[in-house]
Amino acid sequence: MMKPCPVRHAINRENAFTDDSATSDGIDGIFGNRNAMPLFNLAWNYDERFAWDGKELSLERQALEPVQNPIEMHSDWDDVVAKLATHPEYPKLFRLAFKTTTITKELTTKALAQFERTLISANSKFDKFSLGETTLTPQEQNGLAVFLDESRGDCFHCHGNPNNPLWTDNLFHNNGLDANFSDLGLGRVTGDPNDNGKFKSPSLRNLAFTAPYMHDGRFETLDAVIDFYSEGLQNSPTIDPLMKKVEDGGVQLSNQDKADLKAFLLSLSDPSFLTNPDFQN
Amino acid sequence: MPKIFTLFMISILLLYSCSEDRDDNLTLQTDAKTTFSFTHYWDDTQITSSDFNTIQYTNANGETLSIETLRYLISDVTFTKENGEKIVIEGYNLVNLKTDTNLTYSPLDNIPLGTYTNVSFTFGFDAEDNIDGAYLDLNSESWAVPNTPMLGSVGGYHYMQLEGKFTNSTTPETGYAYHVIRAADGNTNPPTIEETFIEVDLGPITIERDINFEIKMNIAEWFKNTFQWDLTVWNTMLMPNFQAQLKMNQNGQNVFSLGAVTQ
Ligand code: HEC
Repeated sequence: MMKPCPVRHAINRENAFTDDSATSDGIDGIFGNRNAMPLFNLAWNYDERFAWDGKELSLERQALEPVQNPIEMHSDWDDVVAKLATHPEYPKLFRLAFKTTTITKELTTKALAQFERTLISANSKFDKFSLGETTLTPQEQNGLAVFLDESRGDCFHCHGNPNNPLWTDNLFHNNGLDANFSDLGLGRVTGDPNDNGKFKSPSLRNLAFTAPYMHDGRFETLDAVIDFYSEGLQNSPTIDPLMKKVEDGGVQLSNQDKADLKAFLLSLSDPSFLTNPDFQN
Repeated sequence: MPKIFTLFMISILLLYSCSEDRDDNLTLQTDAKTTFSFTHYWDDTQITSSDFNTIQYTNANGETLSIETLRYLISDVTFTKENGEKIVIEGYNLVNLKTDTNLTYSPLDNIPLGTYTNVSFTFGFDAEDNIDGAYLDLNSESWAVPNTPMLGSVGGYHYMQLEGKFTNSTTPETGYAYHVIRAADGNTNPPTIEETFIEVDLGPITIERDINFEIKMNIAEWFKNTFQWDLTVWNTMLMPNFQAQLKMNQNGQNVFSLGAVTQ
């Protein structure tokens, strides 16, 4: 069956609806310059800026772009709409959804945006803990404490807390990856040098399935991510004020705290998310 | 003929609507819409988001600093009548100067015209309102205070996040995060909790019609009066720092003042 979905991230469900390569390959295997951002819980993205650098303004606009961006899909909307219109099933589905069989690119992107909004993940161990259905191990508990402690992890200011179970603030920060930027991130979109090196805090849900990490996929493992926050910070003019002890590379977490933090982060992954039959094509 | 008729109708409508308006103003207005506009200063110099990210302000202790983030919460705007009765507008407003969001706040409830001995609001949340997890919109704003033993297991919300970089002759550019919360010391048993929200009095006012209050924040005050703040000592990790929170509360007493009132 034809892939109806030009957002190729949604095709590969083993990887929490991102792909597993460091930067996402387009349909012809040409590499784009960004690791695909995971797609879930997007309906709660209040300020309507998506994608790592905030370039995409709404789910509808994000669905539009891959078709027009030649790296992601060598196609244009006329093609896509024509293919959908001659397809045996899609006109019927469109009539059900939109009361018309005339397929347009606007309606197609609406359908895609609705699909993306249904990618809701809320069945992780931590979700069950929040509902009182299970308990955390002492390791996971200490990991949470590290995450919420301003003088150790201080992850919560950017990545949420048990009362913000999206596990992201949906804002842009320079978390200290580089002293010089090969990718300006938000700065490339706004043209404001104060935004250079800023990327959107990703949700920490489903990290078990979304390696490699960061916008360019530079870290293969969560251990590498935690080591980076603990002792690998790089100073630059736009580094976030929340990044502490930058001159020492970070707050130097103990090995125990690192291991516990990782255990806690993994409790935010939701295995059922990957097997939900509604999300397969 | 039809043209003249149309003209006639329009004139009637205009006259009718004019006289209605006049009546409205003369006899019907018994209460007023109130609006609060938030402006920000470094002493006498106004600060807007376009002044962010540049190290250009000198605090009382001699460090120069920039502002990258300024967000704060005000709640429970209160009008006190001459007989002492209080009209409390339940609700809150999260001012965000970085994104120019909520720089004006118009509570839904109108206020009866008349003379009030005081207009006031709460900086932050008072004990009754500072309930862990209670406000969904604030939860998704990264505004929560972690509900951890270290912070007295009370959770709740930030009152202010003021962030940027500072430097002086011996300190290279370093980040600071002046986060104001309810002071809590989790190291004592039981934890020591001190409510550090601030009641801000704007003074008496006579409300005659819809009214706008300018609320000025002098950011320099957070660093000087009456405690001279040393950013080289206290720059980050201030949430679990009970003493720092008490000093913030002390310095916060004169941060706000009433600017222009227009009605
Ligand atoms: C100042 C805000 C900030 C703080 C504090 C922060 N992060 Fe991040 N985090 C980010 C941003 C922004 C990114 C994306 C950066 C990029 O891709 O260039 C990120 C990325 C990540 C990722 C990669 C996720 C993915 O899907 O690729 C992980 C994991 C992570 N952070 C964990 C943590 C942990 C654990 C802590 C605490 C030790 C922490 N973060 C503290 C802002 C922050």
